[in-house]
Amino acid sequence: MVSVFHSARVQQLSGTISWHLVRGRNDMAKRESSLQDSASGNNQGVNLARTEASSELLRELVAHLRQNRTQLREEWVSRIAETRLLTAMTKEEIFAEATSVYDSYVEALETETFEALQAYARNLSERIIPRGVETHEVVGIVLLLRDVLARSLFAKYQTDFKKLNRILDAYEPAANRIANTVAVGFVQERERVIRQQQEAIRELSTPVLQVRERLLILPIIGVIDPQRARQLTEQLLRGIRTNRAKVVVIDITGVAAMDVTVANHLVQTVEASRLLGATSIVTGLSPEIAQTLVTIGVDLGKMNTVGDLQGGIEQAERLLGYKVEALAEPR
Amino acid sequence: MEVPILKQGAFLIATFQAALSDADLKHLRMGLVQQVVRFRSRAVIVDVTAMDVMDSFASRTLREIAQMIRLRGAETVIVGIQPEVAFAMVQLGLTLEDVATALDLEEGLAYLNEKFKTAN
Repeated sequence: MVSVFHSARVQQLSGTISWHLVRGRNDMAKRESSLQDSASGNNQGVNLARTEASSELLRELVAHLRQNRTQLREEWVSRIAETRLLTAMTKEEIFAEATSVYDSYVEALETETFEALQAYARNLSERIIPRGVETHEVVGIVLLLRDVLARSLFAKYQTDFKKLNRILDAYEPAANRIANTVAVGFVQERERVIRQQQEAIRELSTPVLQVRERLLILPIIGVIDPQRARQLTEQLLRGIRTNRAKVVVIDITGVAAMDVTVANHLVQTVEASRLLGATSIVTGLSPEIAQTLVTIGVDLGKMNTVGDLQGGIEQAERLLGYKVEALAEPR
Repeated sequence: MEVPILKQGAFLIATFQAALSDADLKHLRMGLVQQVVRFRSRAVIVDVTAMDVMDSFASRTLREIAQMIRLRGAETVIVGIQPEVAFAMVQLGLTLEDVATALDLEEGLAYLNEKFKTAN
């Protein structure tokens, strides 16, 4: 039941997320075009020649990276192991991922388009976030790769200093953008996961339960923000009507803290329930919350409060005229 | 549109049909306060199920009705407030304190029967 429900949420969520990503990409495109605009303000001839030269250099660079693929990749993996990154993954997994990252990296350098890399970074993040890989690790390995490749360039062009300079001019901005893209992709994916979990918690933690004929309980767990408070109230009022409830027990044992807004909302909920003819009993006020409420001066005088949920249910049963009797001594 | 006032045993029942003008509300208030003594009624039930909007005037009139009925020696129960209306009223601070409320007409009658059964 829960998992079905969960996947439904995920689907609904993915709509919002893709919107976010699209927006992110648009922003990036805008930034790019503005950069190009400012660049084209310079002498166009020089600019064009430079671009050509730089793309030629990049081609040379890519050829070099393709040629030394095996060696550079191994160098990189051993550096990852040395710095103790990605400890959550096995050696084989790291090697497999490193291969695909390396290839996407080179491809991004070659084509100077980052969409494929971005998609790959997202996909990678989706796979590794549940395994507990941290942001610093992902950023760390991409920076390591950048360094490994830069070192190999130093080694290759150490005799020709001018060429090395020009190669680095072409390489560095592209490499930095790649690092940026991967890091942003990872963080976005993480944020998406967090949002999704928040939604799930929010949905799962607002049940209105009938424990007896005409008696409802509303256990509130976790943080209450104004939006959730409103949702709670709506569900409770609807529950009162559909179950024809006379008494409602609102249990706030699971609420860690309460501020003025939430306390006032609770009072409003109790009053609104009364307008529908139901008596409310609030249970499980922790000493801290009690003190906070007294300090901030919220008027809880109109509220029925009982120490714990059991007491609240017993009180509600009395109000409804139930009498619970033990038929035998408990074994 | 005038609100009919029905006599049901020891109680009077007034059912709001739809949105009422301020004049209708005043008329209803007068009618209830007069008839509650004429019929020697013990309580008045005001059914607002049909109202999907409750403005401050309507809310204040309901409270005035309750207070006036009490001065005339009877009790008032307001029944059938919709969940959305209830929450909107509370947010506006119109909480109808010291007026009895019930979910619907049936509940209101049950509440009054229970109350006056013990009193007899």
